[in-house]
Amino acid sequence: MPHRIELKNHQQEIFNFRLRLALSLGFVLLLMFLLLARFVYLQLVRYDYFHTMAEKNRISIVPTVPNRGLILDRNGVVLAHNYSAYTLEITPSKAGDLETTINGLAQFIDIQPKDRKRFKKLLAESRDFESLSIRNRLTDEEIAKFAAQRYRFPGVEIKARLFREYPLHEGTSHLIGYIGRINQKDSERLEEEDLLANYRGSDYIGKAGLEESYEHELHGQTGMEQVEVDAGGRGVRVLSHTPPRSGNNLMLSLDAKLQEIAEQSFGDYRGALVAIDPRNGEVLAFVSKPGYDPNLFIDGIDQQSWDELNNSPDTPLNNRVLRGQYPPGSTLKPFMALAGLHYNKRSPSYTISDPGYFTLPGSGHQYRDWKKDGHGSVDLFRSIVISCDTYYYGLAVELGIDNIHDFLSRFGFGQKTGVDLDGEQPGLLPSQEWKLKRFKQKWYAGDSVSAGIGQGYDLVTPMQLAAATATLANGGVGYRPHLVRAIQSSETGEKRTIAPIVDANFPINPEHFELVRRAMIGVTQPGGTAFQAAAGAPYAIAGKTGTAQVVGIKQGAKYDASKLAERHRDHAWFIAFAPAEAPTIALAVLAENGGHGGSAAAPIARKVMDYYLLGKVPPPPAPKQPLGNAASGVPEAAPATEEVEEHD
Amino acid sequence: MTKREFWHRFTAHLDPVLLLAISLLMLTSLVVLYSAGDASWHRVFAQLGNIVVAFALMWAVANMPLHYLMRSAVPLYLVGILLLLGVALFGEISHGARRWLNLGVATIQPSELMKIGVPLMMAWYFDKYEATLTMKTYAIAALLLLLPVGLIAKQPDLGTAILIGASGFYVLFLAGLSWRVMAGMVIAAAASAPFLWGMLHDYQKHRIMMLLDPTKDALGKGYHTIQGMIAVGSGGVFGKGYLNGTQTHLNFLPESHTDFIFAVYSEEFGLFGNLLLLAMYLFVILRGFVITANASTYFTRLMAGSVTLTFFTYAFVNMGMVSGILPVVGVPLPLVSYGGTSMLTLLLGFGILMSVHTHQKLVKT
Repeated sequence: MPHRIELKNHQQEIFNFRLRLALSLGFVLLLMFLLLARFVYLQLVRYDYFHTMAEKNRISIVPTVPNRGLILDRNGVVLAHNYSAYTLEITPSKAGDLETTINGLAQFIDIQPKDRKRFKKLLAESRDFESLSIRNRLTDEEIAKFAAQRYRFPGVEIKARLFREYPLHEGTSHLIGYIGRINQKDSERLEEEDLLANYRGSDYIGKAGLEESYEHELHGQTGMEQVEVDAGGRGVRVLSHTPPRSGNNLMLSLDAKLQEIAEQSFGDYRGALVAIDPRNGEVLAFVSKPGYDPNLFIDGIDQQSWDELNNSPDTPLNNRVLRGQYPPGSTLKPFMALAGLHYNKRSPSYTISDPGYFTLPGSGHQYRDWKKDGHGSVDLFRSIVISCDTYYYGLAVELGIDNIHDFLSRFGFGQKTGVDLDGEQPGLLPSQEWKLKRFKQKWYAGDSVSAGIGQGYDLVTPMQLAAATATLANGGVGYRPHLVRAIQSSETGEKRTIAPIVDANFPINPEHFELVRRAMIGVTQPGGTAFQAAAGAPYAIAGKTGTAQVVGIKQGAKYDASKLAERHRDHAWFIAFAPAEAPTIALAVLAENGGHGGSAAAPIARKVMDYYLLGKVPPPPAPKQPLGNAASGVPEAAPATEEVEEHD
Repeated sequence: MTKREFWHRFTAHLDPVLLLAISLLMLTSLVVLYSAGDASWHRVFAQLGNIVVAFALMWAVANMPLHYLMRSAVPLYLVGILLLLGVALFGEISHGARRWLNLGVATIQPSELMKIGVPLMMAWYFDKYEATLTMKTYAIAALLLLLPVGLIAKQPDLGTAILIGASGFYVLFLAGLSWRVMAGMVIAAAASAPFLWGMLHDYQKHRIMMLLDPTKDALGKGYHTIQGMIAVGSGGVFGKGYLNGTQTHLNFLPESHTDFIFAVYSEEFGLFGNLLLLAMYLFVILRGFVITANASTYFTRLMAGSVTLTFFTYAFVNMGMVSGILPVVGVPLPLVSYGGTSMLTLLLGFGILMSVHTHQKLVKT
């Protein structure tokens, strides 16, 4: 019996064991099914996701930076170009201790504290695998020295990079502007404009001048290299390559030689000059003096140079052409004369008798003419030639400020010209409405009196006045001033010409125009306020002098240039177009603290026109004259000495 | 003795079915290692060497009568325990863990020895007290298991501890541990989970946390898991093709020839490849079950069952961790991952299976 029980137990035991074994098999199959389900999930359901992840792991997009477009003048003279130079670069992820590395390099390569500072800044902004420049523009000797020592410096290498250069330095600073390193603010703006992708790999962006305004043309299209990388980020092979497309070249209407002559003609004067071809609005010269060297800004200007520029009383960073706002002074008179004729307030033969001052009806206040004893009998023609203030005091009052505002607006006063450069100021053309808004005051007749001679509230920029002069020269048809004449593809060489845009089109009554033009020619003839500067010109110049007051002069006080501090002297204006019968150039010149338009500004205009119309290059600039004597330095050779001298 | 007779004697204790099943996996290993090593023969030959040595051991064990094996159970276990204690006291630290013992002649990892030593000891113990199985017997067997597992977990080597723990548990389970006790163990384990969590090392906690959300630390602790999942997932249904795995060949996969070799395989051969691999493992396991079911003694049944189930556990834990359903513990893919030690241990187990099968056959006839 026990044997039987034991046997039975044994069978039971085997049965139990096999049952548990079967359960184990079920367990195994269940877990295998779980694995299989997981594989299906990963490899089938979420395949796209993991495929993308693997591709993202594997493929790195390496941008190839396009060459920036060139900037050329109308004759092909290079104003901004790129050159290749060697830089010493460190890849921080491979270089180990940076401080040690840089100190080691400094033993045989000149590394200034400012280079270290710049490197630190780059490091803070950089991505992981980027190489950063510690020194730019290595000399051949430095390259050779590094080559011999390079085994000591893992992660340091010499690279060829393109640098921007502005060969004319100060001469074109305000016009061309400069590029600089892309900063946080630039990145944010690019992101907003959805352009960030195109700037991957780019270090620089236009910061001022044409470099800024035409950034979208100059930058070009960034190329891409799809590179297969391993886990360490090293490139294994190039999978595909989209070459970059170089930026387009800007072909300016500017004449570099004209620009240079204009700039030199200023001598020691600060100021601005804009010359425009009235037939199409092309800007021929664009001078804001003093300028600065834009090359300093490209890789971040050093503190000392910055302080020098920023703290200079001459404000070299101020773009006077676009942002300098000055009272137009007597240069406004030809436009006022046209307004008088247009509204029938004056006829060509209408004559006043100038006692040397003007009084408003019912008031004893005397508005003085610049000539104390008056000009005697003055008609419209003579009012321009001798720049009679009294004539325009009365005219302005009779016209009323709103008529003046409406008429002068046609020439673009009080508005941005729309020139293809950023940062332009609109100037100021007052009206009743404007004064009410601005000062919550009504317009007084006395306000009109000073507005008549371009003083008071009126403000213009040199660009604006030049554009208005061009519109006047063209008989009322005004083209929008522009600097870029054509955009050239650097890939195909194809040129895209920028069509002139007509901004003003109000044909001036030919009789009125003829009268004013003759009067402006008279300005440059014997007896005119700019005769001396125009003497001997083989072409007719239509011009107008002007003076912008810097400090108001008290009633009855006599203006005395020699007693006023130099910087309180009046700014001198001259506007002109030539040849007067068929003008091809119109310009506005401002000589800050120049005193008189005829003696300080007109000679500069003359040199520019001589070169432009005759190809005449002025003799090299004479040794510096003391600024205070600039006015009296002009020889007095005119017959009617008394009248040539100008005030207003 | 003729050549034929010699061949017959030589192969008498080898099980051809099991031999075929494991050979298929070893062949897979060589194929994948060639790819994992970037088309270099270096590791392929080294692994081939491991296989040859392991086959020799398997052959020797398969030809060994079972009572030799039974007799070696106690000494093997005791030596193992002593060595583990030695490791705990004088072991060499490598990668933050104390796992190796320098015996002067060779540096050994005693935990590997216990992968066979523990189930062998437990099976021997149950066999010895087969007639008088009580709760006490199970308790003592459990202690025999917990002592080495505790020592190994302390090293720390969680992967090996889990595998040895599993192999011992299979012996307990197959020996008929009552369902009620097992249910109690599950409840106790759940209750003590917070306490056990506190005992885990930081890196072990990290691995478990990473499993829950690997993206938290994609370049740090979660890197292994994420890159493994990317490799498997991007393989898709048909795989990227042999030698074309980008995760593998661009070095995104860590430990691509050892613990993560399944990711290499899976990336290049896809879902179909995985199905095939699971089938190969199932083939081995089914043969193991057949041998177990037919084993004649209590000892052989327990031993064969434990070896088979442990083999499966290796495969499941490894594939589970690479595909992201289990934490990353250092468990190789059995028979496929590169490495001599695990190959030896595994084939020692298969040698036992063959011995179990062939010796009783001889007895029967």
